[in-house]
Amino acid sequence: MIVEFGHFALVLGFVVALVQGVVPLVGAQRGNAGLMAVAPAASLAQFLAVGTAFAALTYAYVVSDFSVLNVVNNSHTAKPLLYKITGVWGNHEGSLLLWVLILAVFGLALALFGNNLPPALRARALAIQALVAFGFLGFLLFTSNPFARTMPPPVNGQGLNPILQDPGLAFHPPFLYLGYVGFSMAFSFAVAALIEGRVDAAWARWVRPWTLAAWIFLTLGIGLGAWWAYYELGWGGWWFWDPVENASLLPWLAGTALLHSAIVVEKRDALKSWTILLAIITFALSLLGTFLVRSGVLTSVHAFASDPTRGVFILGLLAIVLGVSFALYAWRAPHLKGGGLFRPVSREGSLLLNNALMAAATGTVLLGTLFPLIVEVLGMGKVSVGPPYYNYTFGILMIPLVLAMAVGPMLAWKRGRLGRALARLVPAALAAGVAAGWGILRSDTAGSAVVAAIGMGLAAWLVVGTLVELLERSGFYRHGPATALRRLPGMPRAAWGMTLAHLGLGIAIAGMVGSSLWKVESVQVMAAGDSQTVAGYTFAFHGAREVKGPNYTAVQGSFTVKGPDGATITTLDPSKRSYEVRSMPTTEAAIHTTWVGDLYAVVGDPAKKREGFVTRLYYNPLVPWIWIGSVVMVLGGLVSLSDRRHRVGVPARARTARRQTDGEGA
Amino acid sequence: MRRILYLLPLIILAGLVVAFALRLGDPDKETLPSQLIDRKVPQFALDPLPGRGRALSSGDLKGQVSLLNIFGSWCRSCVAEHPMLKRIQREYDIPLHGIDWKDDPEAGKAWLARHGDPYDRIGLDPDSRVAIDLGVTGAPETFIVGPDGRIRYKHTGPITPKVWKDTMLPLIRKLRRTS
Repeated sequence: MIVEFGHFALVLGFVVALVQGVVPLVGAQRGNAGLMAVAPAASLAQFLAVGTAFAALTYAYVVSDFSVLNVVNNSHTAKPLLYKITGVWGNHEGSLLLWVLILAVFGLALALFGNNLPPALRARALAIQALVAFGFLGFLLFTSNPFARTMPPPVNGQGLNPILQDPGLAFHPPFLYLGYVGFSMAFSFAVAALIEGRVDAAWARWVRPWTLAAWIFLTLGIGLGAWWAYYELGWGGWWFWDPVENASLLPWLAGTALLHSAIVVEKRDALKSWTILLAIITFALSLLGTFLVRSGVLTSVHAFASDPTRGVFILGLLAIVLGVSFALYAWRAPHLKGGGLFRPVSREGSLLLNNALMAAATGTVLLGTLFPLIVEVLGMGKVSVGPPYYNYTFGILMIPLVLAMAVGPMLAWKRGRLGRALARLVPAALAAGVAAGWGILRSDTAGSAVVAAIGMGLAAWLVVGTLVELLERSGFYRHGPATALRRLPGMPRAAWGMTLAHLGLGIAIAGMVGSSLWKVESVQVMAAGDSQTVAGYTFAFHGAREVKGPNYTAVQGSFTVKGPDGATITTLDPSKRSYEVRSMPTTEAAIHTTWVGDLYAVVGDPAKKREGFVTRLYYNPLVPWIWIGSVVMVLGGLVSLSDRRHRVGVPARARTARRQTDGEGA
Repeated sequence: MRRILYLLPLIILAGLVVAFALRLGDPDKETLPSQLIDRKVPQFALDPLPGRGRALSSGDLKGQVSLLNIFGSWCRSCVAEHPMLKRIQREYDIPLHGIDWKDDPEAGKAWLARHGDPYDRIGLDPDSRVAIDLGVTGAPETFIVGPDGRIRYKHTGPITPKVWKDTMLPLIRKLRRTS
């Protein structure tokens, strides 16, 4: 009964989305306030409908209603409650329902908090949002109904893929979707602005917080995914340039570019049509990611079991949504008039450079991801694109980007003074030199020394350069430390946000470079009593025993790790689990984290030829910095989002003067 | 000129959509060679179907010419191909091994119980580790592996009686003669 109710609610949401997608558009075109007012009400109705559907499916999971096919395929009574709930989105249909729910949540948020927007812009943006939802609800209802029943109901379900029974992965998709779908707001605003034919500073100011929120979620989602891969897959790696990983990186890169170009629109009334295009492209790449995962056109470890009808439907959806937006862009964008002029060496110029490099990086990742497919379609055989391609193209593009990241914020708007900025950055250059030297000493081969020098040098340049900018902004150089200390807490949150985000990236770069270059790995058969030395750390193996978990059995090994000085650092208990429902093993790596690296142990199968177990031991230097850097970046986003500028109503004229004095950040 | 620049996103999108559509429709999937042809089968050892035994590892694909079929209970074309596999197993003396790909072991077992089980050994590859190494793009796919453990042929899509008679069987006979 509740399941049918959920299905009905979904159909209702589909109908409401159509109404919300058409009526306010007509209203905005005719200037009819009554028709425009349908939009907020409809978005509330749509949220309630889709939310009810999602709640109904969750209910079916919680009570293990095995007459629902989706529950049979993805759940089991023996599963802990948490994973019954996360199982709702651990499959194609449920995750799509979550996707649409998040779309509805963003629509509702715009309806609730968008009172300070011009009514026509809000009505149009909500309508576009609803049209996207309409397409995806149709996709759900016609090809992927999560409420389909099965007869006769089986006694028990087929369990969730055990590799997904993990907190890191359980919460990775929702954040990823919050990011992907969050970019729909920027998209809806962009298309609405194209329809109106007007983009101004106020528009950029409304778009930015939504983009920033989506960016924060996506950063978290990607970080969680990498973290999960790192500790769960048991290879000690965290990024594999897999098509589906790329699919999440692409909107992140484009979204980061969008965040920066929207600043130029807001502050200087320039780069308008480019920003609009970026907003559309960012969401386009989010849709592309959804398409790639669900259609099976690319081979990936992440793919859902693919089904051609779904592929055709979602490709059609993609073609319509993006075709219409790009056509609208080609028609209306040439008429958008840019305002502010600027010199190449200026804040605008550096943000433009940032955009060009980010766009190029997005392009190279997109090309690498789709190249195998394009080659195949052209009948030129099969190729695969691996990490070396990305390391060269993407890696090399990051060098000028990071170099400019420290300089750009030091330049003034309109016309900056490069010489003065560079003079201030001497400490950053010195730090870069020291870090590069350290990187070279730390490396064994000439090749890794070069990469280490560049990578560590850039990381230090960015971190110190960002701190220098903070000091400069606080007036440290002009008015002395006392003034600086007094001014720092009162600086705009947006400025603090930028500082934190850039610092986080610097820290993460050091982690990525160090962990890729200097990882030490040792694979061997060990019996109780054996020891193995890895990167100066001695792992003593005490054997393995059977343990029983709630719905799995496991072989758990035990190691004591001693440092180079012979002092005991930690004990590590990695295990290998077999889940009863699906006889599929998962590795649970044991990790001891220090500030400079991770000690990482994995226990494998019993050895065939002699007594003992296959063990894999790693020293992963600087890996924690990747996670710390990501968290700092997310914090930067949150701080910037809390800037009062985003909450203050824009058009109120009386406040303009005050805002200009305290809103000079970012 | 500027106008064309603004049209560029639309043009690129159109190109990509066409490419995707072709890939989804896949008119000539069967004729595409695998980059693994004449290469050794990658090393692997897969778990068996629960209760069935006879797991599959790369070592099992040596010593004589064998067939390796990628299937899954979720795959519709596999149902269409199944009678042909059963015929091959019945009428020709050649080991036929299967990889149950991206599948739930219980679902795979139920599927074989319903449609019949022509396989000698079956390995489970739920997270595509082996399938990716083999360059599998979809199910069903069938490899002919030589006695030296090298992949000699890859067929994408269901094996039809015509493909079997005209291409696969002659190749199997040739491989047997030369080894």
